[in-house]
Amino acid sequence: MKDKKMEKIPFERPLIQKINAGLPSKYGMIRRPEPIEDIEGISVESLLNEYGSPLFILSEKMLRKTYQEAYRAFSSRYPKVQFAWSYKTNYLNAVCKIFHQEGSWAEVVSGFEYEKALANGVPGSKIIFNGPFKSREDLKKAVENDSLIHIDHFDELYELLDLAENLEKRPKAAIRVNMDTGIYPQWDRFGFNYENGEAWDALNRIMISKQIDLLGLHTHIGTYMMTVQAYEKAAMKLADLAIGLERKYKHTIKYIDMGGGFASKNTLKGAYYPGSDTAPSFDDFAEAIVSALMKSEFKPDHLPLLILETGRALVDDAGWLAGRVVANKRLADGRRATIIDAGVNLLFTSFWYDHDIRPAKQLSDQTEDTTIYGPLCMNIDIIRDHIQFPLLKKGDPYVIRRVGAYNNTQWLQFITLRPRVVLIDPKGKSHIIRDGETLETLNRCEHLPEHLN
Amino acid sequence: MKLKKNIAISETGFVFDPTTGDSYTLNPVGMEILSLLKEGLELEAISARILEKYDVEKGVLERYLYDFLGLLKQYQLVEEDDEN
Ligand SMILES: Cc1ncc(COP(=O)(O)O)c(C=O)c1O
Repeated sequence: MKDKKMEKIPFERPLIQKINAGLPSKYGMIRRPEPIEDIEGISVESLLNEYGSPLFILSEKMLRKTYQEAYRAFSSRYPKVQFAWSYKTNYLNAVCKIFHQEGSWAEVVSGFEYEKALANGVPGSKIIFNGPFKSREDLKKAVENDSLIHIDHFDELYELLDLAENLEKRPKAAIRVNMDTGIYPQWDRFGFNYENGEAWDALNRIMISKQIDLLGLHTHIGTYMMTVQAYEKAAMKLADLAIGLERKYKHTIKYIDMGGGFASKNTLKGAYYPGSDTAPSFDDFAEAIVSALMKSEFKPDHLPLLILETGRALVDDAGWLAGRVVANKRLADGRRATIIDAGVNLLFTSFWYDHDIRPAKQLSDQTEDTTIYGPLCMNIDIIRDHIQFPLLKKGDPYVIRRVGAYNNTQWLQFITLRPRVVLIDPKGKSHIIRDGETLETLNRCEHLPEHLN
Repeated sequence: MKLKKNIAISETGFVFDPTTGDSYTLNPVGMEILSLLKEGLELEAISARILEKYDVEKGVLERYLYDFLGLLKQYQLVEEDDEN
């Protein structure tokens, strides 16, 4: 009896596929997503068993390695380089602390983020305060702490001038400049425009007031930029303003801040080629920016500090979202639908990216045209539409790569609770860095009027 | 349920439907089921043959078998029995 059973062939679920119906990939062959069975040496299965599903996983090693790569790309070309960690990209304290340990300052865009940076031990003078909305209280605190205030509009400039009159300390500031760098859409919402002379109006106003220490010039030309030429143009325009200030006021600025925006290796929705093939490297961006600064009229012994506020490109690769398949269904048109336990509420970036989702265990070579849905009761909850995906069944683990940027800050507490986040340290040990939310977490913020109790 | 008469199945797992001009690929289990259908076997008999040969539980097979038959219907490769 036993022998007979041994002879049986392993079973795979029967499959029939229309030829040409499952869109062949853009490369003319069907690419099967290879499984990712472990992350930094720990099996995904064991992480899910230990910490629950779904689960965000971050790699400290990868964060440090990526930072060091980016830093080296710039510091090997330019003598004075400073990164400022863009808090909004991922402000989990553990992540911020890792970047601060590596030498990053903080770049914040709200009073809340500002407080977070201070609480993370960043000295006030190493916090860059960006953004279109800083309350009077925020501005006051930033002045008192010697933080670098990047002025976004004239109303803010006048508020700061008003504060300066009433405070002992002189505000330390830069202006944010927007400009035509040849990319569309042009981000002209933030800062003062270069081409129409508004930037000069702001600079003149500051210089004539003599009440603000104008330390720098800032721009942030956009996010997920795939062309390095735009940075070259932006650096030239900021250099031009700086040289103009030298000429007109004999005023030397201390830094040029090129903002963030470098593309990560994620693939934008609708992109023809995968992001891992199209994203310029840190070296490419560094070469474009530094060569523009070197070609400008800056004197070689008086080069300004070059600040970078890189977010996405530093952290995307270091984050994974793992979980389990909830169910398989068939759609009315015959396509396979796979429901997973993480939806767009947790993976906000699935609105922009075709995320790289993989099985987390070995399966056969078969794939099927599949749409992957999250667990929300909402039509928009699609993680991936139409991908050739292996035949995962209920309970099987999956992993989504490159989710480190913007998800742990833009995730929504919507329908489900936000899950745990763990960090794997360089020795391969895992640590909870954010608890999963519970009903208690949410109820703590709520109050019932007496008549409803 | 019967496979339409004019459907051609090759030994390598290719299926051709001359009515629509569509062709399909099968994995080995799919190929086996389709061949059994072509021989005219009923579902029960097909299920028994697969259970004998493959390492799979009855309940699991049943789920996937129905799923597979659903696809065959979708692709209009099968005809319902007349009495249905
Ligand atoms: C002022 C500023 N700096 C830096 C960043 C980080 O951008 P990224 O994640 O594209 O590098 C942003 C993001 O929008 C920003 O607004």
